[in-house]
Amino acid sequence: MKVLMFGWEFPPKIYGGLAVASYGITKGMVEGQPDADITFCLPKPCGEEEKFLRIIGMNQVPIVYRDHNYDFVKSRVPDYMSPEDYYRWRDNIYADFSYMNVNEMGCMEFAGGYPGNLHDEINNFSIIAGVLARSEQFDIIHAHDWLTYPAGVHAKMVSGKPLCIHVHATDFDRSRGKVNPTVYSIEKNGMDHADCIMCVSELTRQTVIKEYHQDPRKCFAMHNAVYPLPQDYLDIPRKNHGKEKVVTFLGRITMQKGPEYFVEAADLVLKRTNNVRFCFAGSGDMYEAMVDLAAAKGIADKFHFPGFQRGKQVYECYKDSDVFVMPSVSEPFGIAPLEAMQCGTPCIISKQSGCGEILDKVIKVDYWDIHAMADAIYSLCNNEGLHTYLAEEGLKEVDAITWVNVSLRIRRLYDECIYNGGFMNKTWEECEAIRVDIDPMKGR
Amino acid sequence: MKQICLYFEIHQIIHLKRYRFFDIGRDHYYYDDYENERSINYIAENSYVPALQTLIQMARENDNFKVALSLSGVGIEQLEMHAPQVVDLLVELNSTGKVEWLCEPYSHGLASLGNEESFVDECKRMSAKIKELFGQTPKVFRNSSLIYSDDIGAQVAAMGFKGMLTEGAKHILGWKSPHFVYNNAINPNLKLLLRDYKLSDDISLRFNNPEWSEYPLMADKYMDWIASLPQEENVINIFMELCALGIFQPLSSNILEFLKALPKCAAERGITFATPSEVIKQNESVGAIEIPYNISWVDEERDTSCWLGNGMQREAFNKLYSVADRVRIATDRRIKQDWDYLQASNNFRFMTTKQASVGLNRGIYDGPYDAFTNYMNILGDFISRVNSLYPMDVDNEELNSLLTTIKNQGEEIEAKDKEIEKLRKKLEKYNPTEVAEPKKAPAKKAAAPKKASAKTAVPAAAKEETSAKKAPAKKAAKK
Repeated sequence: MKVLMFGWEFPPKIYGGLAVASYGITKGMVEGQPDADITFCLPKPCGEEEKFLRIIGMNQVPIVYRDHNYDFVKSRVPDYMSPEDYYRWRDNIYADFSYMNVNEMGCMEFAGGYPGNLHDEINNFSIIAGVLARSEQFDIIHAHDWLTYPAGVHAKMVSGKPLCIHVHATDFDRSRGKVNPTVYSIEKNGMDHADCIMCVSELTRQTVIKEYHQDPRKCFAMHNAVYPLPQDYLDIPRKNHGKEKVVTFLGRITMQKGPEYFVEAADLVLKRTNNVRFCFAGSGDMYEAMVDLAAAKGIADKFHFPGFQRGKQVYECYKDSDVFVMPSVSEPFGIAPLEAMQCGTPCIISKQSGCGEILDKVIKVDYWDIHAMADAIYSLCNNEGLHTYLAEEGLKEVDAITWVNVSLRIRRLYDECIYNGGFMNKTWEECEAIRVDIDPMKGR
Repeated sequence: MKQICLYFEIHQIIHLKRYRFFDIGRDHYYYDDYENERSINYIAENSYVPALQTLIQMARENDNFKVALSLSGVGIEQLEMHAPQVVDLLVELNSTGKVEWLCEPYSHGLASLGNEESFVDECKRMSAKIKELFGQTPKVFRNSSLIYSDDIGAQVAAMGFKGMLTEGAKHILGWKSPHFVYNNAINPNLKLLLRDYKLSDDISLRFNNPEWSEYPLMADKYMDWIASLPQEENVINIFMELCALGIFQPLSSNILEFLKALPKCAAERGITFATPSEVIKQNESVGAIEIPYNISWVDEERDTSCWLGNGMQREAFNKLYSVADRVRIATDRRIKQDWDYLQASNNFRFMTTKQASVGLNRGIYDGPYDAFTNYMNILGDFISRVNSLYPMDVDNEELNSLLTTIKNQGEEIEAKDKEIEKLRKKLEKYNPTEVAEPKKAPAKKAAAPKKASAKTAVPAAAKEETSAKKAPAKKAAKK
């Protein structure tokens, strides 16, 4: 089975959670299903991606015909692609794009990441997808996140193959309801054309159904997973702070993540005990506001802002904590608690977080319920039994959440789309049965 | 002749309120009054009242009908407070003379697993309460949720009970049948009645389940099952909670009609009803049954894992019983009352993390962690109150010996006062004219022992001796 996947990020270049999820899904699929053949299209690969799948750099695909000889092409293309690919793609240029800004190879340049002219890049990405759709062989199209939806839709139009889109977040989560109309229209258009919509949680699925008016039959929750930690992360020792406990928030300090609720809860805890310290790791547009708030509450002496953490630092931060808190106001999935649990740190998450749907061994509170949050923090800091239970059982629970299983569920949906005529021909009950069948909490 | 031993339990927990850690040390009232009143009234209306009326009617109409009941002390307090009509019905049922009252731990707690002295104390209080309400001294015991092990059985026997009810759990019975009387492995004088979980659950768990292959269950079919048991299997123990009638199985399922028809159908097949005491008296034990590990009637595992299965539950349990001895020697009534309410096993059940738990309603709690947090906050406050009663640096044993000394001396003084009284009367007999002089004497005597007790109460046993010497010396002098 051949999959044409469109993505915006891929490790080792990580901008956000999307790269990790893209990696997990593809890696899990290759590991779990020997017949899976994935072609992953990126705007601008850095060349150091793992080689378990075929990577296509959209900045290497010509859209304007240029006559170059074989040796010249060979000298210009990166080592993960061959000149034959170039010629094949060149033969499938479908329109005159010579008015566009292309280089001497007839390709477009991408800045990569999330530059200011993001909308242009999205558009260019989808133009190139038309070339690929004409020249590549594949059974199904899989587009990750809204940036690649236009490309997916275009590829579907050209090839007639079914389109799956993967909703890693919606603009409703990012903006607390005040959506950007351009983004919304791109998202909605992608969903309208999709044969199958995979959402990272039931929460997101409901948003897709209610806010984007999609047919529930083709919407499925497809929860993320985590990869086992590499040995050098496992070897980071857990610190013992003696009587003092460390409570951590780690993430972008922005409205969506609910940082102010963390400060409020911390204030309540510190009113009654003083053996707790709070670590507020991350950066974001509310960073200064949070420093001010902590100072205004008079708890700045117990509050620490170590700033943005990257790579191994993240895990050092988890291992250094006694409690991890994620008070997100709206979180499509939220992988951080799973990572914290891998480090043996008990978590408190908001009920508005998608990952809560597949986690039992965490404390869930409403993000606005600062009393419950404070109570849970206090309880974890003072009751050894609860802390031990959540640390041990949480580790077991998160170890059972694997990408291989996730990709098997994705495969199930692929098969329905490719061989069984998709979901729109099925009854509501039939789709519901599939939904129940791929529910990760089934039997728990 | 086959005998059915029918037994119902009445227990309702005192619900705890939402108690945040900010409340620790500030708020010493832990209960959700609204929820208590609401839930007990709901249960009384939908279950206890109609069920008891049915039992009363059955007792009046059928000569062969007998029933056993037990109440938890906490449950009685709830009923007395919010639904006294149920207590009236219990008294009315008692007046038919066909009821046997069993004893159980006052708090419906796990004291049998945590603290032996507290366990004994609770059972005594419960016996007294039953005696006070119904004029009967219980002879047969049932532990909270039928928790039993050889050791618990031995303790119960030591308290003077003749029999005990427990679960006829498959893993302890093996090929044996629950339809015989067994005895405790340590003390053969304690006879055991084992619950027939199949026949009991047919009523309490499956009666109204249309997917059950035997649905609908009728009284004659049910009695046919019992009648068709092997001839020598004579004791059929059907135990359940009273709220099975009306709450677990709704009244609309006509479960009370089913119940009413039982005595008649039984009589037709030559089956009688008997109370646990009668069963114990009329049947010899067929042998000891060894149960080294705790069993109960809860969940498929029939063990204590639903209360003490995870680390949180064990921490809460250990913390609670860590103050058991202090609470027992305390005299503060509110502490004692809170102690009863906090012990109720339901509080621990709310913290269970087992996947399948039959009929578990966590009430105000979101989940096990929430239940644990709330309980531990309350416990934190409670323990600090207990600790503030007596200084922390005096350990339990020392404290206990001091308090025993005080108590013993108090008793001694009392005995002496009595003796003085007696002597004085004797004296009056001999010298009826000298009334004035002896009158003065008791006043003096009363003052002296008081001083002695006040002195001894403070430090240690050394003074005990002197005071003990002093007192007899005085007594001798008076003689």
